[in-house]
Amino acid sequence: MNAGLTAATSGRVLRQVRTDHRTIGLIIIVPCVLLGLLAWIYNGTRVFDAIGPALLGVFPMVVMFIVTSVATLRERQSGTLERLLTTPMGKGDFMLGYAVAFGALAVVQAVIATGFAVWVCGLGVAGPVWLLVVVAVFDAVLGTALGLLASGFARTEFQAVQFMPAFLLPQFLLCGLLIPRDQLPTVLEWVSNVLPLSYAVDAMKEIARNPDPVTAVLGDLGIVAAFIGGALALASLTLSRRSA
Amino acid sequence: MMNNSGPAVAVSGLQVVRGKRRVIPDLDLEIPAGQVVGLLGPSGSGKSTLMRCIVGVQIIESGTVTVLGHPAGSPVLRDRVGYVTQSPSVYADLSVRDNVVYFGRAVGLRGTELREAVDRTLSEVDLVSYADQLVQDLSGGQESRVSLAAALVGRPSLLVLDEPTVGLDPVLRRDLWELFRHLAERGHSLVVSSHVMDEATRCDRLVLLREGHVLADVTPAELLQQTGAVDADAAFLALIDAETTRSGERSAS
Repeated sequence: MNAGLTAATSGRVLRQVRTDHRTIGLIIIVPCVLLGLLAWIYNGTRVFDAIGPALLGVFPMVVMFIVTSVATLRERQSGTLERLLTTPMGKGDFMLGYAVAFGALAVVQAVIATGFAVWVCGLGVAGPVWLLVVVAVFDAVLGTALGLLASGFARTEFQAVQFMPAFLLPQFLLCGLLIPRDQLPTVLEWVSNVLPLSYAVDAMKEIARNPDPVTAVLGDLGIVAAFIGGALALASLTLSRRSA
Repeated sequence: MMNNSGPAVAVSGLQVVRGKRRVIPDLDLEIPAGQVVGLLGPSGSGKSTLMRCIVGVQIIESGTVTVLGHPAGSPVLRDRVGYVTQSPSVYADLSVRDNVVYFGRAVGLRGTELREAVDRTLSEVDLVSYADQLVQDLSGGQESRVSLAAALVGRPSLLVLDEPTVGLDPVLRRDLWELFRHLAERGHSLVVSSHVMDEATRCDRLVLLREGHVLADVTPAELLQQTGAVDADAAFLALIDAETTRSGERSAS
């Protein structure tokens, strides 16, 4: 792997995103609108304070998953990926380039969505607000890594988009947002223990209720990071230099 | 600057299966260095597959493909072999310049060297005035020139070009062939596929493929001499007719 090649790839991906103003708008505005809607629905109750932080972690993952899986599928179909792999560009440079680019975009998204939730919607958390942003960025990179992996199994853009419910909705249902994970039927609790989003939401919930959550959050983030590494390693197996 | 001791490409006993079809049944071929070698043949004759083998992206059944002294697709070859696919493979949502810059970076160009290489390449493919346009706003011919530029920017020792002149006007085609000639004179090796036979005369050497077999491996002059034809088109047809008769006799006996 080579830092220059990774940087070249992230720069290129960000330049591509920059020409697509509507996508940038959707990435930034949609989470704010949804959070605002939720705050309005639960106006006058404590529910928003309980689930708001968890959703701050879910949105970036969903958005980055879709953007990444469609973008890399396009690279496979247009022949640019095959072409890149005939150059000194390595699979690692390619994938990290994507992860860094969308990670940077996620920082912007997380800062704006968190700011909106806290200062406009009045979201109250016990822990520090900056930690919400950190967890959201990890979630976004997780979405990117899972998107890279999913795109390896998609042959068309329709399939790539359908992988979103297939990969992410089960995680969403089991992550502890609907009912706490320890109240799930035992088998489902085991399943939720091996899904990355569960730990992302655990971290967000910890920030919501614990005034000093750093230690607990670091543990959860470590697990999320391991999933990111695992997904990238598996995804690299789907990028082959040679094809039939 | 080039290593001229051996051939640019040596193919021996190559067999390739794509889907259920044996696209290349058994192929031996040597492509000399420092020349423009035309790969001709009807569509489905295995031109693109052979090119994919040379750049090392094709899974092969058996045989060896040696490029610049190394097995095709080796890491050492990755900044020495440039590949342009038949359909343009560039980023539609990037500007022309950003595309060429990115592929320049991919082969390790940086700073002033990169800037100069990009400017030189843009003028070679005649896209200077379009440099800041997005590729998606260009015509098909312009898009294929961006794809060509992405390979030229790194000045690879071996350039493998799959139908680079399709859809281009005669002036541009002439200019590109002059560029290919100029590159060959500087010691680069080029393999250019085409089904436009009148481009054959611009090559140093011609390899005619049909159904994955080498029908002829000659200079343009030899081709006309051997077949007694007046142009490459007629010569190619004459060769195919002769081959059909021969294989007919073989199966009859």
